[in-house]
Amino acid sequence: MSQHSHAHDDDLAHHHDIHSELPSDPALRVKALESLLTEKGLVDPAAIDAWIEIYESKIGPRNGAKVVAKAWVDPAYKQRLRSDATKAIGELDFLGRQGQHIVAVENTPEVHNLVVCTLCSCYPLSILGLPPAWYKSAPYRSRAVLDPRGVLKEFGTDLPEHVKIRVWDSTAEVRYLVVPERPAGTEHLSEEQLAALVTRDSMIGVAKVKAP
Amino acid sequence: MSGPAQKSCADAALQPIRRSEHEPLFAEPWEAQALALAVALQQGGCFTAVEWADALGAAIKRAQAAGDPDDGSTYYRHVLDALEHLMQEKQIASADLLAARKAAWVEAYERTPHGKPVEL
Repeated sequence: MSQHSHAHDDDLAHHHDIHSELPSDPALRVKALESLLTEKGLVDPAAIDAWIEIYESKIGPRNGAKVVAKAWVDPAYKQRLRSDATKAIGELDFLGRQGQHIVAVENTPEVHNLVVCTLCSCYPLSILGLPPAWYKSAPYRSRAVLDPRGVLKEFGTDLPEHVKIRVWDSTAEVRYLVVPERPAGTEHLSEEQLAALVTRDSMIGVAKVKAP
Repeated sequence: MSGPAQKSCADAALQPIRRSEHEPLFAEPWEAQALALAVALQQGGCFTAVEWADALGAAIKRAQAAGDPDDGSTYYRHVLDALEHLMQEKQIASADLLAARKAAWVEAYERTPHGKPVEL
């Protein structure tokens, strides 16, 4: 069938580039799926490319950071975010919305919120982009529930004993956005400057937002 | 909070959470393609968000049972496995059809000269 199977032959070794390099097994399985689904009219290759571009360039945690900064400076917006986060986030009209139902959970000096998806990797993609690998790992999915305080310590977040930790288990239907506490000493900063302080980890709840 | 946490792999509870500061979004292009397929199919109504989460959760459990590290590095393999299973469950593409199409791609790569676009 191919020269490939003889490629270990010294004579033919330098010929290994005569045909295209064979992709990896998962890459071939994806090609099989994509070509079949395209033929069936179930996916549009242009839409697939558009999604990939959105993942790679257009969405990331910046949208979530804008939501948080707006909530910090605009009490009326914060109220709307509390009562209907999906709608309040919709006001800002971000790309890549998936019609996900989002609930905002607010950190206070007494309560700290932590988000996990124990089943798989449910995550508020439209405002935080793609989840980091650790969010999808078995140790985080398991330990965030069993030992949230220990997990937070591992992320360098040492909470005083009196602070209550609430763990939110995401599902396909409900995703959570942690609204971290606004750090002290940032009263003079603009909404845009504040947004720059808000990290992805703080919106998952594994870290706090630090003053610059 | 709901219950599935209690069903998690017991060993995972003892492992450190591995993090890396500058991990790439996707290690290889097929990972992005697999995820985009899952999202596009969901938006096109082939399956619901709940069906997808269930399929992905089941794929992760199968992988764990087969000794997968499930540390995040193999996540997109689970996505691909979940997609293939859902396609079979929904009778959109059987395992045989998927295998035959994969073989057709292998054949296409092997007959296409280097540098030329590979077509079925």
